[in-house]
Amino acid sequence: MEKFTGTVWVLGDDIDTDIIIPTEYLALKTVQDMKPYAFSPLRPELAGKIQEGDILVAGKNFGCGSSREQAPEVIKALGIRCIIARSYARIFFRNAINNGLLLIENDRVQEVVAEGDQITVTVNQAISHNGKDYPIVSLPENLVGIIKAGGLVKAMRKLNGLD
Amino acid sequence: MGMTIAEKIIAAAAGVEAVKPGDIHTVEVDQMMSNDGTTHLTIDMYNQKLDNPHIADVKKLVWIVDHNVPADSPKTAASHKKMRDFAREHGITYYEGQGVCHQIMMENHVRPGELIFGADSHTCAYGALGAFGTGVGCTDYLYAMVTGKSWLLVPETLKFNLVGRLPQGVYARDLILTIIGKIGANGANYKAMEFGGAGLSTLTMSDRISMCNLCVEAGAKTALMEVDDVALSYLKERGRTPKHIFKSDGDAVFAQEYTIDLSTIKPIVAKPHFVDNVVDAKECAGTKIDEAFLGSCNNGRLEDLRVGAALIKGRKVHPLVRFLVVPASNEVYQEALKEGLLQTFMEAGAIVMNANCSVCWGSCQGVIGEGETLISTGTRNFKGRAGHADSFVYLASAATVTASAIKGEIATADML
Repeated sequence: MEKFTGTVWVLGDDIDTDIIIPTEYLALKTVQDMKPYAFSPLRPELAGKIQEGDILVAGKNFGCGSSREQAPEVIKALGIRCIIARSYARIFFRNAINNGLLLIENDRVQEVVAEGDQITVTVNQAISHNGKDYPIVSLPENLVGIIKAGGLVKAMRKLNGLD
Repeated sequence: MGMTIAEKIIAAAAGVEAVKPGDIHTVEVDQMMSNDGTTHLTIDMYNQKLDNPHIADVKKLVWIVDHNVPADSPKTAASHKKMRDFAREHGITYYEGQGVCHQIMMENHVRPGELIFGADSHTCAYGALGAFGTGVGCTDYLYAMVTGKSWLLVPETLKFNLVGRLPQGVYARDLILTIIGKIGANGANYKAMEFGGAGLSTLTMSDRISMCNLCVEAGAKTALMEVDDVALSYLKERGRTPKHIFKSDGDAVFAQEYTIDLSTIKPIVAKPHFVDNVVDAKECAGTKIDEAFLGSCNNGRLEDLRVGAALIKGRKVHPLVRFLVVPASNEVYQEALKEGLLQTFMEAGAIVMNANCSVCWGSCQGVIGEGETLISTGTRNFKGRAGHADSFVYLASAATVTASAIKGEIATADML
């Protein structure tokens, strides 16, 4: 089973799509250009600090609001390996999977992790922190397939024998 | 086992007898709406990532430029040009500068019983005509555009039985904000919200659109209303017929049922920075405002403009306030013009603008600056939604917004 370790950034409940990427930056040409402004209304310094392989831990209703797909795209572009939240807003959930961004639903780690901690994720099995394991539920097989392929478009190409 | 309206629409779209919550089905999508918020991304993926790009059925696509109209920068002009050229080349039904996408869809396209994808979160508005409208991102949109299909998880349904009648001076906007406050910003996450009961018949189409439109702010996948004579006559006036009228079975299973007595609803304000942060509007009375906005797919219809115009007639916009009035579509604009409503607003000192999303999505017209406060009939009050990251948005009805524009501070109509 796929396993990775990363440094944690902690956010609260109801992190909306206007926080993730404010409207005024949507006109920028690429998601790379949008990166510095991710989460800027809430924590302007955050985007500059996130390193490749880091993990976001958040509360309930992550990604609520707009259907803008730039939200999961910019999080992925920042190098975030996965998000662990108590729950996700449904449009964001689909958009993240379709862009190959791993989402984990868990409501226990929020109580124990602090920003800067290291955690290890064993996909579809558990989150490990300070020697303790927190089990996670499996995503359905078809969604795991989409994430592994790197998103819906790539998964369909694979399915059709194009890649 | 009986089925809800949402379950019946998915079963029909999947071509199966019955579905139940939690099932995943491949469905045929009846219509696909996309606007200038993200269509340029869909086009880029279509052109760059597909080997053999094609459109399953071009008649199902409706593209609408409404978010930055007219273009406010070379960047948005380029994005619009990409969308316009692609629509022309492929023969896609295309609107530009005619109004907010959901209002145009309601006026011209939505039919009861359809499954409609919109690359915009407020697509759930179409439930006012008994259609399953749901918001998707541009990758899901692209997939449906190319294959005609998508997959859907059958949602559980929350049922809202409406009884009684809204008091004078209280509006559907107050009602839906009250419901969102009650169930919370994720109270209907992954779920459908269904509205029925004798109270529904007291609500106009405009009221119903306003309610269904805002259900995504409770996280809902879709909102659905029972199709009655009010909905059918709206449809008939516009020369359309239902695809199918579905009603929930007597033994349908709802995740939860609520009875809402409309006569108990009061004017409501949603405070910054969450739509479920609702209070009695009077509790916010006296909060100074810099701008007021009457418009959007949520509350920019003729009925809303009539409410605002009736209040402001013979009065003036407060000298320290910009009051933006933005009809939801050109149909609304022309009717408002005929009725003299726009003249009333202008005489009072309001700024009347072309039909578009305006400050509700906070990118072009009327954005607010650092530390400023907006009271709005728009859809959201998230931090930074209407402009600067450190600004404040309060959501309220057309009446409360207009009263506040006159007073220069949050006020209800009876405080004028």
